[in-house]
Amino acid sequence: MRSFTLLLMALATVLLLGLGWLLPGWLTFLLTIALAKSLVVLGLLILMRAGLVSFGQGLYYCIGAYCVGIAGHYFDTQNALLLMLLAMIISTLVAAVIGLLLCRYRDIFFAMFSMAFSMILYGVLIKSAAFGSSDGFNVKPPLLFGWSPGGESGPLLAYGLAVVAVMVVCSLLWRYLRSPMGYAGEAVRENEIRVEYLGVSVQRILYTKYIIAAAMAGLGGAITALAAGHIDPDMAYWTTSGEFVFIALMGGTGHVAAPVVGATLFELLRTYASQISPYTWQMILGIALLAIILFLPKGVWSLLERIKKGKTS
Amino acid sequence: MTLLIAMLMDGLIYASWLFVIAAGLTLIYGVMRILNMAHGSFYAIGAYGGASLVGLYLAGGYPVWGSYFVLLAAALLGGLITGLLIERGLLRVMYGRDEVVMILVTYAALLILEDVIKLIWGVDAYFAYQPYTLLGRVKFAGLSFAYYDIALIVVSAAIGFLLWWGLNNTRYGKLLQAVIHDRDTASFLGVNVTRMFTTTFVIGAMLGALAGALTAPGISVMPGIGVEVIILAFAVVVIGGLGSIGGALLGALIVGLSRSAAVHLLPDAELFVIYGVMALVLAFRPQGLFAIASARKI
Repeated sequence: MRSFTLLLMALATVLLLGLGWLLPGWLTFLLTIALAKSLVVLGLLILMRAGLVSFGQGLYYCIGAYCVGIAGHYFDTQNALLLMLLAMIISTLVAAVIGLLLCRYRDIFFAMFSMAFSMILYGVLIKSAAFGSSDGFNVKPPLLFGWSPGGESGPLLAYGLAVVAVMVVCSLLWRYLRSPMGYAGEAVRENEIRVEYLGVSVQRILYTKYIIAAAMAGLGGAITALAAGHIDPDMAYWTTSGEFVFIALMGGTGHVAAPVVGATLFELLRTYASQISPYTWQMILGIALLAIILFLPKGVWSLLERIKKGKTS
Repeated sequence: MTLLIAMLMDGLIYASWLFVIAAGLTLIYGVMRILNMAHGSFYAIGAYGGASLVGLYLAGGYPVWGSYFVLLAAALLGGLITGLLIERGLLRVMYGRDEVVMILVTYAALLILEDVIKLIWGVDAYFAYQPYTLLGRVKFAGLSFAYYDIALIVVSAAIGFLLWWGLNNTRYGKLLQAVIHDRDTASFLGVNVTRMFTTTFVIGAMLGALAGALTAPGISVMPGIGVEVIILAFAVVVIGGLGSIGGALLGALIVGLSRSAAVHLLPDAELFVIYGVMALVLAFRPQGLFAIASARKI
């Protein structure tokens, strides 16, 4: 069974990679960004399963992107794997400090406090002339061990990295959510005090989950920076973080693939909405969000589960 | 000394502006437990409504002093219409959901209203500086202040006093406090909570729109002002403690004064200081300075 799942995952990866080669450039780029964002939302999914909604994942998204930009610029490296690893490490370190404080908070206070931290970073970046202030700066295209597809198919490398990263993270997360630590999240959401009575530290559970979520958001930000070739402080602005919560809600938290579906749908919706009516695309997004809250409170993924249930019964 | 006075005055002016926005936001949260992101849109609607109506009014050749009433009317009307639409049309069907879900519902309302504003007023900036310049400026301790800004402090203080008086000395205010403390019991005792919700939301929306209309003469009104303001208002109410009018006042003073100190002493830290103070307060007082205690869930 396990080898079968592994085979299926490998097949899906190859299929997705091939798809990127076939699709037009703009769609490949859209998918790359969607995959990068789905990494951030996967982190949010872990937190949401534990009952915490962070309105500040933009903090780590931005840290990841700026790690790539700054390290690439000042240490003159284009090694994609190294830069992605660096983004994850720095995000983890920052989360290890902030998490100590944040994990004492719940509900709306957790949401607001996490937002405050991302706004602090935004406030710092927008005034730091060395990093281009509000304009941000450009990032050099990535290289994989000194190699790049080059020319027209250059963006394919970032796409490939995104596909592989999402596949690896999804399969690791799938296992994690079925481990005792993974299930502990749902227990905390249902009743914290009972979890404490069972002899498990709620603080430690949430702290670990917060750090994992941050590392993934950092990775997502790094891939976005490599794919887009440009970074700016808006990545830490509260609307970016709001977007991640939006995507998480859209996909649902039922399965690790839900954020990927949600992010792809979101990016497609936004692109088409802004093409069809440039002045009212936000309104279309808002209406979509309301429709999901009203009719699909468990996200688009719950549609699939409904179909599955209908078949078995 | 001059610097100190300048810092103090700028801080007070900024704080009085913040207070009018934050008071509406915190009132709505206190009564309805909804952290209303669409409050930024109420602000923007007040600003757009005020600026465009003042423009129309002055184009008709009427005296400039009348424009203050036009501003006020625009704010109250704009707040009334949008407040009623959002509460009756949208929030009513969402009551009873989780607080965090309600944030997202109002976030959707913010996204929709942002575009509605663009559809009504377009994307060009509006200016209505006449009410601002009519009052002139005053020299004080070697510094020059606009009378309009000083009037803003007075108006804001009056609004604060009216809210406090209304909540503590009228029948309606006392009923509202009962709803704040225990919604279910108040409802069992015959208070019409649904109508209370509608009224509170409309009053809150009017306060948001009023803040916008009062600011309109001093700024250029353009798209995106609502999104900027709501995040500031969040900082203010979270510092003061969600749901507390006194907290909103204290939060507005803290944010206003620390921002003006930053602007004068370390201009690069303007935004950083606001959220830095917010994080600092939350680190020591998790529920804000004037918090309403909540029960532990077992």
